[in-house]
Amino acid sequence: MTAALRVLAAGPGSTIQDGGRHGYLRYGVTGAGPMDPFAHALANRALGNPACAAAIEVSLGGLEVTAEGGPVAVALAGGSFAVTLDGQALPPAVVVAVEPGAKLKLRAGQAGAWCYLAVPGGFDVPQVLGSAATHTRTGIGGIEGRGLMIGDRLAIGGASPAEVETGQIIAPLLERPAEAIRVILGPQDDYFAPDQIADFLAGPWTISARGDRMACFLEGPKLSHLLGYNIASDGIAMGAIQVPGEGQPIVLMADRQSTGGYPKIATIIGPDLGRLAQARPGTSLRFHVATHAEAVAARAAEQAFLSAAIPVEPLVRKRFSSEFLLSLNLVDGWVDAHKPI
Amino acid sequence: MRPRFLDAGEAALVVEFGTEVDPAISDRVLALDAALAAATPEGVRELVPTYRSLMIHYDPLRLGRDALVALVEERLAAPVAHARAASLWTLPCCYDEPYGEDLAEMAAIMGLSAAEAVAIHAGATYRAYMYGFAPGFTYLGGLPEEIAISRRTKPRPPHDTKVVLVGGGLSAIATFSMPTGWYVVGRTPERLYAPERPSAFLIEPGDSLRFEPIDVATFARLDARAESGEVIALRQTA
Repeated sequence: MTAALRVLAAGPGSTIQDGGRHGYLRYGVTGAGPMDPFAHALANRALGNPACAAAIEVSLGGLEVTAEGGPVAVALAGGSFAVTLDGQALPPAVVVAVEPGAKLKLRAGQAGAWCYLAVPGGFDVPQVLGSAATHTRTGIGGIEGRGLMIGDRLAIGGASPAEVETGQIIAPLLERPAEAIRVILGPQDDYFAPDQIADFLAGPWTISARGDRMACFLEGPKLSHLLGYNIASDGIAMGAIQVPGEGQPIVLMADRQSTGGYPKIATIIGPDLGRLAQARPGTSLRFHVATHAEAVAARAAEQAFLSAAIPVEPLVRKRFSSEFLLSLNLVDGWVDAHKPI
Repeated sequence: MRPRFLDAGEAALVVEFGTEVDPAISDRVLALDAALAAATPEGVRELVPTYRSLMIHYDPLRLGRDALVALVEERLAAPVAHARAASLWTLPCCYDEPYGEDLAEMAAIMGLSAAEAVAIHAGATYRAYMYGFAPGFTYLGGLPEEIAISRRTKPRPPHDTKVVLVGGGLSAIATFSMPTGWYVVGRTPERLYAPERPSAFLIEPGDSLRFEPIDVATFARLDARAESGEVIALRQTA
């Protein structure tokens, strides 16, 4: 029996995602793929997979899995989820071996909305139109086009290494506060007067609770249109910020439609898509204009990091660097002896 | 006329030929689409033709924006050597109950009898401008004025798969079941999205379409053949 993961519990909204379904947007097929492309790629690369291999995108609903047929190496990266392996707490970005019967649990933690769970070679699921990415609205891809459910058995595409060094993934690029998100204006910024562009950039915007993999709804100053709010439909890139009639922007994400008919005031740059995706409802943020060159440079930095070997540090340390010690919050939890408790 | 080049982030470029739904604009979009598809430049990931623009998804680490713009201008200047010939498709369509659910309602609003509305819808030749919304959802221009109804102010409950719609001055074919602001006037046995076929989509943007009215019994027969994988629609090369 080849190794597999078995789903023991799954909240709503966890799906199989690879790098996305490419080449069919022209036929109306949604690209799907990860909400946080960098974190998805990082989890894969930590195991030596291609960045676009099929992994699990774990939602705030959480996930619990075990291994079957042999130990399975697993890499996690994304939001700061609360992770335990047989009750032992692990860092949120980590490589571990899950033994048969051991329980790996992911729950919503301190921050972040999505966590990626990669396995060697990716998950072996049937491809639809060249991709394993799940799009639940049309029931395409992943496991029968749906979210993961208790009892699902997920076959592993490659062999797990004989011994996996458990370790923390060291990736400073995962630290991406949502307060400032970079955009390039357009393609329909000329549908908005300069003062409306200024209001858009001033914000602040609050992430609404009604978002999903298709769209993130923002609440803030009401924007008005110079030239009306209906346009003959054109293409929609991931991160496009469209402004419908009521003047509250909608950011179109991984499960967006390929085309649409509202003016798009700006587009979030690729490297900042994960910042928005990981921000939970209630988060306040502002947009900043980036030049095309800045966006490409940020993209190149991500690519360079992902192309090299991903640094993984052992969890059990004999020696501690001063940098590591300084990064720990050693005084947390101290009490003032003079204050009554 | 030189198109406008609009950024949709750092990894997508919109080449905009106009802002209207117009066959002449669509021709220019599709000519550029064909010219780029004939020899896809290194770094171009995906082309999405719409009514009035071509969205080019690209990898800016492999193809710079300025180089892409220069390349598009070069292709626009050169005539397309092997433009794909558009096809004329004839799709069977059952306008009768239970399939043409909203036909009577639509006809009444437009001051027509149901039979008149069918004759008008089936008498026209449509242009497939673009896909969008869902896999195989086809937007069709060329809807005659007499039945050019606005969209509903409130969406109706989910319709069946493979339905023929009118609304917002257009016609459309919807491949997936969903709520809609359009009017359901008929159902075709043909599958415009069939992922198991070597080519999952039958119709290319720029193709022409006609609907051939069929009765419920014919629909049942053709539907069984279509669901077993056969292509029912007739194709002529224009």
